[in-house]
Amino acid sequence: MIGEHIAIVGGGLLGAAIAYGAIRSGLEVTLFDEHDTAHRASRGNFGLAWIQGKGLNKPEYVNWTKNGLRLWPELQEELLQITGIDVALQQPGGFWLGFSDREVLERETKLKQINAQGVHVPYTIMDRSDLLQYLPELGPSVVGGSFCSLDGQANPLLLLKALHSALKIKGANIINGVRIERVTYDKNTRRFLCFNSAGDHWESDRLVLAAGLGNAKLAADVDIYAPIRPKRGQILITEKLKPFLNYPTNKCRQTNEGSIQIGSTSDDVGLDDSTKTDQIELLARRAVKTFPLLSDARLVRAWGALRPLTPDGYPIYQESVKYPGAFVVTSHSGVTLAAAHCYTVAPWISGLTQTPLEFIAFRGDRFIQRPKE
Amino acid sequence: MSYDVVIIGSGPAGMAAAIDCDKYGLSTIILDEQPMLGGQIYRNIEYVTSGRLKILGADYEHGITLADKLRKSQVEYRGNVSVWNVTRNGEVSFVINRGGRSGEKSQSINGRFVVIATGAMERPFPIKGWTLPGVMGAGAGQILLKSSGLIPNLPTVLIGEGPLLYLLAYQYMKAGYKPAALVSTTRFSDYFKAIYNMPKAMLSWRDFLKGLKLLSSIYIHGIKVYSGATCLELNGSDFLEEVSFKHKGSYKKISASLALLHQGVIPNTQITMSENLPHKWNENQICWEPITDEWGRLPESNLYVAGDGRGIVGAQASETQGKLAALSIANQLKNIDDFIVKSKQLKQTLSKQKRIRPFIDRIYRPKDEFRIPKGDDVIVCRCEEVTAGQIREYVDLGCIGPNQTKAFGRCGMGLCQGRFCSLTVTEIIAEKRNVTPTEVGHYRIRAPIKPVLLGDLANTDELTE
Amino acid sequence: MRLNQVFKFYESKDDEFVTVYFEGKELRVPSGISVASALLANGIYFFRASSVNGSKRSPYCMMGVCFECLLEIDGVPALQGCMIGVRNGMIIKRQIGNMNVKKLDIETY
Repeated sequence: MIGEHIAIVGGGLLGAAIAYGAIRSGLEVTLFDEHDTAHRASRGNFGLAWIQGKGLNKPEYVNWTKNGLRLWPELQEELLQITGIDVALQQPGGFWLGFSDREVLERETKLKQINAQGVHVPYTIMDRSDLLQYLPELGPSVVGGSFCSLDGQANPLLLLKALHSALKIKGANIINGVRIERVTYDKNTRRFLCFNSAGDHWESDRLVLAAGLGNAKLAADVDIYAPIRPKRGQILITEKLKPFLNYPTNKCRQTNEGSIQIGSTSDDVGLDDSTKTDQIELLARRAVKTFPLLSDARLVRAWGALRPLTPDGYPIYQESVKYPGAFVVTSHSGVTLAAAHCYTVAPWISGLTQTPLEFIAFRGDRFIQRPKE
Repeated sequence: MSYDVVIIGSGPAGMAAAIDCDKYGLSTIILDEQPMLGGQIYRNIEYVTSGRLKILGADYEHGITLADKLRKSQVEYRGNVSVWNVTRNGEVSFVINRGGRSGEKSQSINGRFVVIATGAMERPFPIKGWTLPGVMGAGAGQILLKSSGLIPNLPTVLIGEGPLLYLLAYQYMKAGYKPAALVSTTRFSDYFKAIYNMPKAMLSWRDFLKGLKLLSSIYIHGIKVYSGATCLELNGSDFLEEVSFKHKGSYKKISASLALLHQGVIPNTQITMSENLPHKWNENQICWEPITDEWGRLPESNLYVAGDGRGIVGAQASETQGKLAALSIANQLKNIDDFIVKSKQLKQTLSKQKRIRPFIDRIYRPKDEFRIPKGDDVIVCRCEEVTAGQIREYVDLGCIGPNQTKAFGRCGMGLCQGRFCSLTVTEIIAEKRNVTPTEVGHYRIRAPIKPVLLGDLANTDELTE
Repeated sequence: MRLNQVFKFYESKDDEFVTVYFEGKELRVPSGISVASALLANGIYFFRASSVNGSKRSPYCMMGVCFECLLEIDGVPALQGCMIGVRNGMIIKRQIGNMNVKKLDIETY
């Protein structure tokens, strides 16, 4: 409710977007953010604002993403007005690229299947000659691809900075360098408490757990099941180049400053976020295969960010039944869904709107194995 | 390909380690980023003219002895190699630079042990105007002299403090060029503060006398020296035109076309940081150092560090550290006769060679105002043009460490990969937050340690399938 | 661009000279030195313009760490002048802004 105090654990793309949405809805906000070298999946976000290919067997997700993308320009404009920071949203459409006819055929089948679920996502299957119209530097190994006019990109780091900046301007209480270890609910005061390891605590009327990898443990404290596992995504970043790539592609995009971002592999390595040389070479090979002229671009940085993934890859947005007012949110599409998180999730966790219908599909308990009868 | 020892860098530490590893019968290779051996201090040592040698002095000439021994050994030397990754168990990935873009493809070799001897680099000197054309490090001046025989032709001001600056002034004068001025940031009081380090320094009286001789010759030759300068500024529109500073209470301006800045050197910690190895903040030398055992070995790895990369110790001590690493490695691969005696000798030698260090560190301690710019418009990250004021703003926005400032403003994301801004950023954040640099931490460094062509990584031969 | 050279050779050089071209201007420089040294010895200061705000830059460290000495050499952009030796006939241009990948021929220089 307006005027209530909400605590949000996690200052990444998810937490910051929801925090901003909450404060602009009239709530008092406290945001907890960890130390400088914490895992911070947001830093490993590729920066795509993307829908094509998503949502197979989950039509609710297709709808959710589609609406989210539609809301994006409003968020960009709002952040620009308030903070002066342009998060470089571009929505010119985007390409998925395939290296064999079979791959492209499989792609077409998948996109058809997604649309057959009821929510329409426009796409065009293109052959090589069509693709060259848009991506003249395409390498000979690329035989075809799919284009979706709704796809685009934004700068995830600028977005994070803009959200934090906006939060500060609006008077949010941002507490840095604190890792919340435990949360509880006090039945008498009807308030939630967040504890760090030293035993310091903070109180609030509402609580949102947006702690990425940390959510799996914290969610249990509010009786929500959130099986989140770290999956390492490697991203390569080149030196800044003069513009040559006008459309984002699924594995490669040119940022607004000119660097090329190449990603990403993913593997299960526990909490090891170091970069491995064979992964780097694999990504380099694929980049050069896609755009041969990248052969002459220098790699400047490689990230091995740990991204929080649920077993089916789809988000968790759930309010606790046992502790109403406590929420768990997790999603690894922090850029694509930024506006959705700000304009739809935030009012919901603030108690200002009913639970969106589609959120039934995003409950954490969908992962609970029911015992066989 | 596999070797007993892979050595990265060919300065005094690298050369000394290689010579001894070879002496102990270990298969050894040196990978060097530069095209010729010698590192920075012995740059061009194998090709330098006799005329230049006279100017550069006996300390430099010592490099010839090392180079000769190295050439006579079985050590394989490979120059023009850019190492881009080193793992804890000794796998080293590199590319060969052919002076163009499409080079050869990436290779990797394995060492049962690796000695990281990548030395030091110039400490950044972030003052107003330091990015102007016509402003360089004093180290660059030395490199131009050693490698190309170049000396200044127009009014030049040497600025800062530290033995290298005075040495350069001395060498320039021997070559027939007198700098317009030496603007020293060392204060008289610094000499007094270093007094308690004197007794130990006096034990290294040879080093001490050498330093005195250097300083006095500068005065004798009539170079105008301004001591205790503050409020340094470099002014000009497209390039340097004037140096201004405060001296004894009044403002001075000197017209100059070249300014050579120096306030000591700092360990190059890119490789040691890239494997997430622990580093500690050295408050005496105001920089990060890798944590090693007495031999220079890094914990839980087959990696050693030797030389200035382990902490600034100078050329002689770097050599000894190279020998220590070699001895330690050799003793693990085969039993070395009188290992105990040898190690004792080397450790004693090292101790003697490091004796003068605390004294030098104290006298030439870089001043706060030249490490942590007060002016908001002073550029800190040269590659991405991020200013001190912007970094302080990021702290206001909640950045508590340098990795977050990287995320917020591209600071440290340029081609130099944070080498030139790292210390400054850590110190600015520490000052703003009123905590120690240890608490603030440093940039997370990852592969590639040097920028590498995607084509080289992709192993382009295999693309044509 | 300075008329007076800021650096000069302190000893006369008996060894070979090579000819290189900077922005179309012919320069005679001793062989065996780096491109950056050769330009500095000919009064050239302005090597590159920053892609962030166009500011003019020249070398700072001369040892491959600072990346300020970026030049276009023989058609290949954004190379470190301090790490490359001069070659006869070399064509050198300033590096203005970011590197342009499109301009490159795929074959090596």
